[in-house]
Amino acid sequence: MTVSGADIARVFRAEHGRAVSVLIRALGDIDLAEDAVQDAFTVAVERWPRDGMPPSPAGWIITTARRRAIDRLRREATREARHTEALALHAPDDGSGLPEEGPVRDERLRLVFTCCHPALSREAQIALTLRLLGGLTTPEIAHAFLVPESTMAQRIVRAKSKIRSAGIPYRVPRDEDLPARLASVLAVLYLVFTEGHTATAGADLGRPDLAAEAIRLARVLVELMPDEPEAAGLLALMLLTEARRPARTDAAGELVVLAEQDRSLWDRALVDEGQALVHRCLRRGAPGPYQLQAAINAVHTDARTAAETDWSQVVALYDHLLRLAPTDVVRLNRAVAVAELDGPQAALALLDRLDLDGYVALHVVRAELLGRLARWPESAAEWDRAAGLSDNGPESRHLLARAARAAGAAARTGDRR
Amino acid sequence: MKTYLISLFSPDGPPPEDLDLTTVMADLEVVNADIRAAGGWVFAGGLADQASATTIRRPRDGVADAVLTDGPFAEAKEHLGGLTILRSDDYDVVLGWAERIAGATGLPVEVRPFQGDGDPGQAPTDQ
Repeated sequence: MTVSGADIARVFRAEHGRAVSVLIRALGDIDLAEDAVQDAFTVAVERWPRDGMPPSPAGWIITTARRRAIDRLRREATREARHTEALALHAPDDGSGLPEEGPVRDERLRLVFTCCHPALSREAQIALTLRLLGGLTTPEIAHAFLVPESTMAQRIVRAKSKIRSAGIPYRVPRDEDLPARLASVLAVLYLVFTEGHTATAGADLGRPDLAAEAIRLARVLVELMPDEPEAAGLLALMLLTEARRPARTDAAGELVVLAEQDRSLWDRALVDEGQALVHRCLRRGAPGPYQLQAAINAVHTDARTAAETDWSQVVALYDHLLRLAPTDVVRLNRAVAVAELDGPQAALALLDRLDLDGYVALHVVRAELLGRLARWPESAAEWDRAAGLSDNGPESRHLLARAARAAGAAARTGDRR
Repeated sequence: MKTYLISLFSPDGPPPEDLDLTTVMADLEVVNADIRAAGGWVFAGGLADQASATTIRRPRDGVADAVLTDGPFAEAKEHLGGLTILRSDDYDVVLGWAERIAGATGLPVEVRPFQGDGDPGQAPTDQ
């Protein structure tokens, strides 16, 4: 079997986190570990096409990286430092002599908790997670978040330097800290996903690569922490959202809203997987915010048409979510479901209590509800407002088109603005 | 083992009248006792009013006189009010202590490592 560059790139993405995490543990230094893994892949690019892919690519990479690291240290380090580092490299890898830590042992878990340590800014957490765990290059991450490469490079360097100088530990948090620390990891993955789903700015609605990356990392997390229902809930939420991607844009790349989507375009395999996860989560009876959002998405994907959606179930799930996360964004989403159940007037009254002025979704929902009440001039103004607030090309064009339609309706019905 | 500085930032002016300083000090002492018990204690202290500060500037040329200014280095609404220096090999434990100090005083607290590992200062008692 011939090994192509694409094959090696796939292995790089899939195994980078595992390899780097094992090497960080052995070397005690992130940069050394990254360099060693990079070296090993350079060797792989030479050898694999000639000799074929080794039976365990990850094992091969780790062994080669370890050897390369020893070579590198021999070349570069002072006598004394070399002695210390060599000891670390040959230290047994069974964790003996280390303080008792959390229940799970996979090295990648240590890595993700270090990347998402609360002493790092959210931006740094995201960049480090994608770089170290996800194996994305700095230019790839910079491109995904539309920042200059130099900015992203600096962000990563600064974060790694803080880990070193502050002594941010490389370990899975103790049980009593785990819920708070896990929440930080989940938030990072979800932010990567939502940026992939609807980009903050740009010519395309989303960045499918980023969403796929978030799903891959969420799968890793669920594999590593199978007993954490919120991790599974987050994965389910991502899968059910991602399943609708093919129907979210039309042939011209324009946005299609949920109610108007061609549901036959939804990715059935993702829907089934997401729904199965939701059911498994709910059976555990420890619903958290991600599980509830996944459950809401499961109700949507259960309905063959928008009209068949079980809105009372959706409202009930939002009520539950509000008890855990009493935010105006959740209240806004609940109001959308209330509109389907009790009519637009009832929902509009709910919106008046929210402090979300300037939030695109608020103006979209209000515009939509006003339109249903045939209050066209007000509706057109809200669509306009929403369009002005969006920096995402397809989204803002969609909103402007809606504004024009509402304005047209206002002119036809003789309303004055 | 690393050494860390925990700085407390106080708002300008006298402490609010409803603040029971005795309780604050007692709460702080509980944290300090735990730091001592963990073998991390180096130093802690509260600073006098920032109006008592003097700022001194002097170029490295060895010629120019020092310039003294009456007042703190930076005029701000909040200033360094006290500090704790401690040692630990566990950053999460240090953050935990800092959270307790913040909780005991209600003041924002900054945690910052000294450069390098080990003891950054001269500690004759260790010799």
